[in-house]
This record gives sequence, structure tokens and C-alpha cells, in this order.
Amino acid sequence: MGSPLPSAQRETFKYDDSIVKKFLIATMIWGLVALLLGVFIASQLADWKLNFGISWLTFGRLRPLHTNAAIFAFAGNAIFAGIYHSSQRLLKTRMASDWMSKLHFWGWQLVILLAAITLPLGITQGKEYAELEWPIDLLITGVWVIFAVNFFRTLAIRRERHIYVAIWFYIATIVTVALLHIVNAIVIPVTLFQSYPVYAGVQDALVQWWYGHNAVAFFLTTPLLGLMYYYLPKAIKRPIYSYRLSIIHFWSLVFIYIWAGPHHLLYSALPEWAQVMGVVFSVMLLAPSWGGMINGLLTMRGAWDRVRRDPVLKFFLAAITFYGMSTFEGPLLSIRSINALAHYTDWIIGHVHGGVLGWNGFMIVAMAYYLVPRLWKTKLYSERLANIHFWTATLGIIMYLLSMWTSGITQGLMLRAVEGSRLMYPDFMETVIRLIPLYYVRAIGGSLYLLGYCLFLVNMIKTIRSAPKNIEDDVYTATPMGPFKHDFETENSHRFLEGSANIFIAYTVIAVLVGSVIEIVPTLDAHRYIKIPDSKKPYSPLELQGRDIYVREGCYNCHSQMIRPLKAEVMRYGPFSKPEDSVYDHPFQWGSKRTGPDLANLSGKYPDSWHYYHMKDPRLVTPKSIMPAYPWLYKNKTDMDSLSKKLRVMQQLGVPYTDEQVQNAVELAETQAKGIATTLETQGVPKVSDSKEIIALIAYLQTLKPLELP
Amino acid sequence: MTIISMLLPLALLLATGFILGFIWAVRNGQWDDVDTPPQRILMDDLDSEIHPRG
Repeated sequence: MGSPLPSAQRETFKYDDSIVKKFLIATMIWGLVALLLGVFIASQLADWKLNFGISWLTFGRLRPLHTNAAIFAFAGNAIFAGIYHSSQRLLKTRMASDWMSKLHFWGWQLVILLAAITLPLGITQGKEYAELEWPIDLLITGVWVIFAVNFFRTLAIRRERHIYVAIWFYIATIVTVALLHIVNAIVIPVTLFQSYPVYAGVQDALVQWWYGHNAVAFFLTTPLLGLMYYYLPKAIKRPIYSYRLSIIHFWSLVFIYIWAGPHHLLYSALPEWAQVMGVVFSVMLLAPSWGGMINGLLTMRGAWDRVRRDPVLKFFLAAITFYGMSTFEGPLLSIRSINALAHYTDWIIGHVHGGVLGWNGFMIVAMAYYLVPRLWKTKLYSERLANIHFWTATLGIIMYLLSMWTSGITQGLMLRAVEGSRLMYPDFMETVIRLIPLYYVRAIGGSLYLLGYCLFLVNMIKTIRSAPKNIEDDVYTATPMGPFKHDFETENSHRFLEGSANIFIAYTVIAVLVGSVIEIVPTLDAHRYIKIPDSKKPYSPLELQGRDIYVREGCYNCHSQMIRPLKAEVMRYGPFSKPEDSVYDHPFQWGSKRTGPDLANLSGKYPDSWHYYHMKDPRLVTPKSIMPAYPWLYKNKTDMDSLSKKLRVMQQLGVPYTDEQVQNAVELAETQAKGIATTLETQGVPKVSDSKEIIALIAYLQTLKPLELP
Repeated sequence: MTIISMLLPLALLLATGFILGFIWAVRNGQWDDVDTPPQRILMDDLDSEIHPRG
């Protein structure tokens, strides 16, 4: 700032826009993939036959691919496009290294490609949004480090001293995502395609949701807020309503978000103090979130006439409104009494789609509508088409949300309905059948959103095609950043604090937060040890193998293993789950959604033959079931080769297997398998082969039982 | 819940990082002026001029 310096001191430079274009195109392609997958698996819930009996098209395997594609491929590429474009301009410098930018781009696409191959094959770690196996996790870490180094080097060579608030949001994203990813991905590999997390049961659950919720916070929220603070003012050609508020928004958000994760584990076997902490932080989040929303909305004040006409602004307005809605719904859902009803139901599915389709999806297309014509130096092909996209997609989201809210509340109420001492709907299927019409509505809503997205793609392709042949990058000039001289350095810093009430308040808030976290430390000892009763045995080799099949098929996407201490739940399933139940579970499989019933107390409920027929075709034993059939479990041979190694890894992780068990794992498994085959034959199942995967799975399913504590 | 003995220091580390970042920002005078920066991003050519080619 200040008076322009003589031109001798000015430097000329160009921005690297080719990397932005690459990421934008990747966003458009992967967005289509994520949405197609979403509509496909949504249709499978309406009609299970749509998996065509093919293992890699089943819901359990494709749902992780859908979520990973939406988060890391669609939103991920869009975030990178926005960060590379806006950071260069905000920092007034080209990215520090072009080859690092390129490596980031191609490395990230490789990660996505590997995800698209491995997840349908059932190569998974079995933890939501962290399914990718360890070699891919390592690759992600490498790519992220390249991105971080490139970004921070760019920050260091900036020509603009002031770091605009968007950059702060990017910094928080880069640092926190690295931490979350690494902590949650600590595993011991068994083979190239399989690993076990070092955490088990309740600990794994806490780490997973600490990660899982912060993936929402620092991958789907903070970077997009950064984009909002840059692109909204640019698009509307007005400064943000309150820059001061944006700074407070940023700092309060980053300090509060990190402990909200336990709200995913309310009424679970997680110690109650941790649950309450999750609730408190979640409710607190309402304030900064709405501060940000209000800041965005008020930036549009006085320009509503343009919002009515300009599709870019229209998408921004809707996106910010959905942000406000989701961040109101989130704290609401984390209140225990509401969570008791909504958890494990479609309400949660509705909640995340309000966030991803409404907030993220609309922010991303708004950014694309703004950026593409500018980067390709042309005009948007059709504003009319963009407006049709807006209304189609909005209608789609509304149908999606209304159907899922209705479905969630319906099922929640039906499952908890108790009359005197009996359940009003004891048959779980009864509640599922009630929801199927809503699954059709949801699939239609999703399809409408997809249709709108296709219109967007057409618009983008036509726009890019109309670009002039040779686009030359603009040349910019700026003065380098001079040495820093602060006014208050001569003053007493305490006086400075007193003089700046806002900063003083911020300091206080930070102190309080850190203090309260430290305060929690003494309570830890009380929960440090779980006494494992002698009756708790680790899984036998065959059961462990069966559990790996359970994880591979993604059963956790529809079934929980966590009975909550609620009246109706105990009546329906049996004694509630305790931390001891999953103490050897690497990874934990508590689940987050009950499309089917909870399985924590499945053992002994049905004979082996029931499971045998049920997995072959669920409709043989449960006529109206919407669960896929798993015929390949009857063809595939149980993998015995890596059993000893698996037990050895488990032993390293502290599961009490004897060396003898490790050495004789295969024989132990074979003996158990023969026993199950014999039982099946006595129960009237013809022609059973004891070497097939179904035997191992039955062995595992028949172990699922809450411990009976004295 | 031994895991908390790992998560907690990590969270504190992260928080400390953010606090240091915050203190640095204040000392660096990042927010001495909260009126110009939001305006400046709208004027890409206030301090740097676009030189169209040709």
C-alpha cells in the first residue's frame, strides 16, 4: 500500500493458472462420478436387485467409494483449484514450485484412481471416510506434504504482507488434515492389501470419529469458508460485510471444532464424560458457524437485485443458507435426547447431504461458474442454463432432505415405540418396508441434482470450447514485501492488549479453552483401565477371518454393533454394549447407520443354517428384506495363507493369542470350519463345503454377544 | 481410554500451534487495519497493474 514506488522496484510475474484449470476439470469429472455413484446406491436401497448380483456393485462396497469420491475427489479437487487460484492472487506471487503443484495434482488423481479400484474390490480398512488401505494412505500423506511445502513456500515469498482471512482458513486445513489423517491411519500391515489399526474398540471409535468429524470440519468446511471469503466478495464486487467478524469466525471455529467428534458416539460405550464434551463443543459451534453465515449473507445486502439475476450469486446465496441450516441441524442433532431418536437413522444421511449437496456442491459450482469464463477468457455459454441448473438442483436437494428427514424420524419413532412391556414394532422389517417409498423419493431427488449437474457440465464444456485459441497469461507487477515495522513495538504490549478489546477477548477465550482441556486430564485415570474378564476370549482364527470378510463386504455401512442403553433398544436387541465387548476389535465395527438391525447380540439368535440361507439370499428367511445376496461367499475359498500372520499382528497389538495359536492358526481354523459344516448338515443344509468363506462368516457372526458382567 | 493420552497432547499441540500463529499475527500487525484488506482483494490492480499483451 502507500504511494506507488518507482517502477524499478516493482517486480513482474505471472500466475500459474494451468494448475487451477487442471484441478477444475478434475473437479467436474469426479463430481459426476460421485453423484452417479450416489444415485446408483440410493436406487439400490429402493430396489436391492440393482446390484445385479455382482460383488463389486453391492451397496457395502460402493457406499465407501461414493463418500470418498464426494469428499476427496469432488470437494478435494475443487478446494485445491480454489486454493491455487486465490492464494496466488492474495499473496501476489506465483506458486513457489510449478512441478510441486503438478506432482500434487497427478498424485491426488492417482489416489482417487486407486480408491476407485480398491474399494469395489473390498480392499478396505473398514473405517468410514478412512477406508483406503495403508499403501494409499502413505501416498496421500506424501501428496499432502508436497502440497503443504509448496503452499508454505508460497506464503513465505509473498508480496502482500497482510494475510487475508481466506489464507488462514487454508492454513488450518493443511495443518489439521495432515494431523488427522496420520493419527487415524496408524496401522500394522498384514499384507499389501490389508492392515489392522493399532487402536481397538472404544479407542478406535474415538480416534475414528475425532477424525471423521474433523474431516467434515477441516476438509468440507474450513477450506470452503476460505473460498467463500474470497470468491463471494469478488463475485459481488463488494468487500465482506465484516472483516473483523471473519477473523473471529476463523479463530473460534478452529479452537472449537476439534473436540466435537464424540457426538457421533452418544449413548455408546464411550465414557460419558467424553460424550458430554462432544455435545458441549458441538453446541458451542453454532455461534461461530452462524457468525460466518451471517457475514456471508450480509455481504449480499443491498445487492439482492443482482442475486436475483446472476446465477453465480444465486448459488452462493443458497450455499451459505445451506451452511447455516446444516450448522444449526448439527448442534441440534448432537443434543442427547434428539440424538437418541435420530442416530442410526436416515436423518443423519439427510443432514450430511444438506451439507455436501447444498453447502459444498453449490459453493463449488458457484466458484466454477465464476472462474471458468475468467480463466479461459471467454463468456459463460448460457446464464439461462445455469439458472435451470440452480432450480433443478435445489428441487433435488429439497426432495432429498424432506424424504430423509421423514424416513429418519419415522424409523426412529417406530423403533422406540413401546406399549407397556412390549415393542410396538418388534419386527425390524416392518420399519424398513415403511421407508421404501421414501427411498424412491430420495433417488429421484438425487437424480434431479445429478441432472442439474449435467447441465452445469454442458455449460462448462461449451464455455471452454468458446475460449480463444491462444490464451496468454496476464502479467502482473507488484512491489516486494518490505521489512516489517510495527507501531506498538515501542509501546508496552500489555497496554496494547488493553487497547484492543477484541484481541484481548480472543486471548481470554483461548486461555479458557486450553484451560478446560487441561482440566479434563485428571479425570482420565478413572477410565484408564478396562478390566477384561476371563470369559472374554479373542476371536478364533476362523472367526477373525470371518470378521475380515465382514469388513471387506462393508457390512458396517448398514449394520451397527452397538446396543445403546435405551429402553426400547435393550428390549429389541438385549443387554447394552460395554467397552469390554469390543476390546479386541481392530478395527471397531460399531457402525453409524441401521439400514438393517443391530448385530451386537446376534450370537445364538438364529441357528447356523439360518445364516447360511440368509447370506445366500436374505429373502429365503426374511421375505421382504432389502439386503443384497452374497452368492460369492459360497464360491470363494477362505483365505488361510495369511492367518498365522494376521494372528501374529494381532498379538503384537496386544490381543492375547498364545504362540501356539499363532503357529497352529490354520489347523485351528480348519477344525472349527469342519465343525460348523457338520452342524449345518445336521440342520439339513445339503452339500456344504467347509472351505468356503460363508463358513468363516458364520463363525464370526455367531460370536457377536455382549459380555455378561457379574 | 488410554488413547486420550495421545489425542489430548496432539490436540494441545495443534491448539498451541494455532495460538502461536495467532500471537504471531497480532505481533505482525496483521489486524491493525481491518478495513483495507477486504477492499484490497477487490482491487487486484491497486498495487499491481495488469499489462495486457500486444
